[in-house]
Amino acid sequence: MDTIQKHGPWALVGALGAAALAIVATERGEAVNALWIVVAAVCVYLIAYRYYSLFIAEKVMRLDPARPTPAVRHNDGLDYVPTNKSVLFGHHFAAIAGAGPLVGPVLAAQMGYLPGLLWILAGVVFAGAVQDFIVLFVSMRRDGRSLGELIRAELGTIPGIIALVGTFLIMIILLAVLALIVVKALTGSPWGTFTVMATIPIALLMGVYSRYIRPGKIGEVSIIGFVLLMLAIVYGGSVADHPVWGPAFTFTGTQLCWMLIGYGFIASILPVWLLLAPRDYLSTFLKIGTIIGLALGIAVVAPHMQMPAVTKFVDGTGPVWSGQLFPFLFITIACGAVSGFHALISSGTTPKLIASEADARFIGYGGMLMESFVAVMALVSACVIDPGVYFTMNSPAALVGTTPETAAAAVTKLGFTVTPETISEAAKDVGETTIISRAGGAPTLAVGMAHIISSAIGGKAMMAFWYHFAILFEALFILTAVDAGTRACRFMIQDLIGLAVPSFKKTTAWVPSILATALCVTAWGYFLYQGVTDPLGGINTLWPLFGISNQMLAAVALTLCTVVIFKMKRERYAFVTILPTLWLCICTLTAGWQKIFSADPRIGFLSHADRYGTALAEGKILAPAKTIDQMSQIVFNDRVDAVLAGLFIGLVVAIAAFGILSAIRAFRADRWTALETDAAAVPAE
Amino acid sequence: MGASSQDLRERWKTFSKCVCDGARLMVGQGDYQVYAAHIRKTHPDQEPMTEREFFRNRENARFGVGNRNGFRCC
Repeated sequence: MDTIQKHGPWALVGALGAAALAIVATERGEAVNALWIVVAAVCVYLIAYRYYSLFIAEKVMRLDPARPTPAVRHNDGLDYVPTNKSVLFGHHFAAIAGAGPLVGPVLAAQMGYLPGLLWILAGVVFAGAVQDFIVLFVSMRRDGRSLGELIRAELGTIPGIIALVGTFLIMIILLAVLALIVVKALTGSPWGTFTVMATIPIALLMGVYSRYIRPGKIGEVSIIGFVLLMLAIVYGGSVADHPVWGPAFTFTGTQLCWMLIGYGFIASILPVWLLLAPRDYLSTFLKIGTIIGLALGIAVVAPHMQMPAVTKFVDGTGPVWSGQLFPFLFITIACGAVSGFHALISSGTTPKLIASEADARFIGYGGMLMESFVAVMALVSACVIDPGVYFTMNSPAALVGTTPETAAAAVTKLGFTVTPETISEAAKDVGETTIISRAGGAPTLAVGMAHIISSAIGGKAMMAFWYHFAILFEALFILTAVDAGTRACRFMIQDLIGLAVPSFKKTTAWVPSILATALCVTAWGYFLYQGVTDPLGGINTLWPLFGISNQMLAAVALTLCTVVIFKMKRERYAFVTILPTLWLCICTLTAGWQKIFSADPRIGFLSHADRYGTALAEGKILAPAKTIDQMSQIVFNDRVDAVLAGLFIGLVVAIAAFGILSAIRAFRADRWTALETDAAAVPAE
Repeated sequence: MGASSQDLRERWKTFSKCVCDGARLMVGQGDYQVYAAHIRKTHPDQEPMTEREFFRNRENARFGVGNRNGFRCC
């Protein structure tokens, strides 16, 4: 009787989830309601949270609510504070959710919604949430130390350094790819460009307000900023139509690229209170608000999925990104399924604020489930729009041309019927001159969100507003990430050079700061420029590199977790981390290998370089290059990308090897060898 | 009836405080009252920072000098 009472409701949740998934997976010929997808996802999350995370908490970690956490032992009212579970959940979620879960699923939609959905669900339950949860646990048991320190302590100094270098490379690629998304969204869009640029004076105003006028009144200053932002969106439409200001805010990709590089440089050496902190308020609150709004929108509107469950592009011939379902789907959707970057957050501020060990399950595992839900909503948004429009927006200009007529012809030829009128109409609806070849995910998501939200509020007349609202919301937190990331990167460089030249470490000194910032901006700026000028749209090259690096970091973090489980002599449960580690290693290594060596120039960097190199030797110029210089530039870029992919492969292999060695050593040891902080060591206070 | 509306108001108060605290912590601002109470209790000899100093301290800790917590996710 007890068992029925205890598990009965959960069995019902499971049955509902299974039924919803069955409907989603088997419905043919008729559009599925998006609500079934949401219901299926939520049921999977509930069951996974109730059973699998409990299993991990009780059996693998043996969480002990009586054991004092770092927040309790080191309580200083500042960095270490025992914090309410729900409050900390919000903090953790806001830190892990960014552009990743919004963009990856949109790109993956080219294979249909089903492959992406299944990977998001399976990935989060067995890999992503497991990683976040266990890293949080490992860090929490070690005074909230960072991932790099944990790897150094548990695996050794060399793996620690390797992981640091890996993190640095990921930052560079991440910043480049994020900046590229903004460039793609704003190219030739005066409305979008105006509103995004308006955020700079708005943030400066807010910065001065909260520095000198009313310090600490975050709510107040955020409301002022929000109202000004909305005004910027509303008047952005008039600016775009204006005969003088419209063209003044219309920029090419290359111009925007240089502006972003300049912005990244200046913003990251300004004092934090002036631009970064106020922008952070706006982007964080807008992000949370928009996510809630989108969830309500989907629930109220209950749109139908227009995209087929599976498209023919699972064979790797899709226009959005190249490569077959395995391994590239698992690389394309990183955040939302499993994201290595979260290991940095789970070993950052969160473990220092946990009040009780028991909270780690809700915050670590639950927080990641929440992010996965955001990814599912992004997938839904991309799939409720006309597939013809989707492929028009996401195919490279080299394939679809630049006019509605060429695009309609090309996309129809791909198998998704669309008329030039539909394309022009879609652009007009969202207040843009064109939507053709706006790769990068953000514009597609914005169209999907505008479609959903305008069905609930405002109708078609408000569609352009909602579109630019969505663009602004993404651009805003991407720019915050660019600013904060460049800063973090600069500190890393200063630390590294500081090893050789100690005076370089001083982060308040001007010369080292400017030098390190310039180095960092040059690094991501190089990849950004390469992406912006890439005829295949850049996303095609940079997103897989980002995905590989992110999944690679996840493999590294999960290797650490595996080693710790072995060191705790609980190897019978090590499958919990070994299985996802293996899967991620298989995916990253296969994808990395194919990106380097594939004979298909659409996938392999080297064969692409060969093709251009051969033509160059014969004195020929291949489109889109227009000069010999551009030809050699393409060859050079390809080789750089190949080297980078090679570095990532080397990194994974090295860490996996060190991990296996450490695990074997721990297995042979006759006792517990994990280096946890002694729970009894409460500092005298 | 009166007691339950009292109860409801109390709950609403707790809930809205939780939301506000959550929103502030999302941008790196902890609870000043908790901090000040902690310092007064554990270090009676010390004067806690003022609210304004606390605000700036947290701002710097989030993005500031020599610290890598400025990491933002993808």
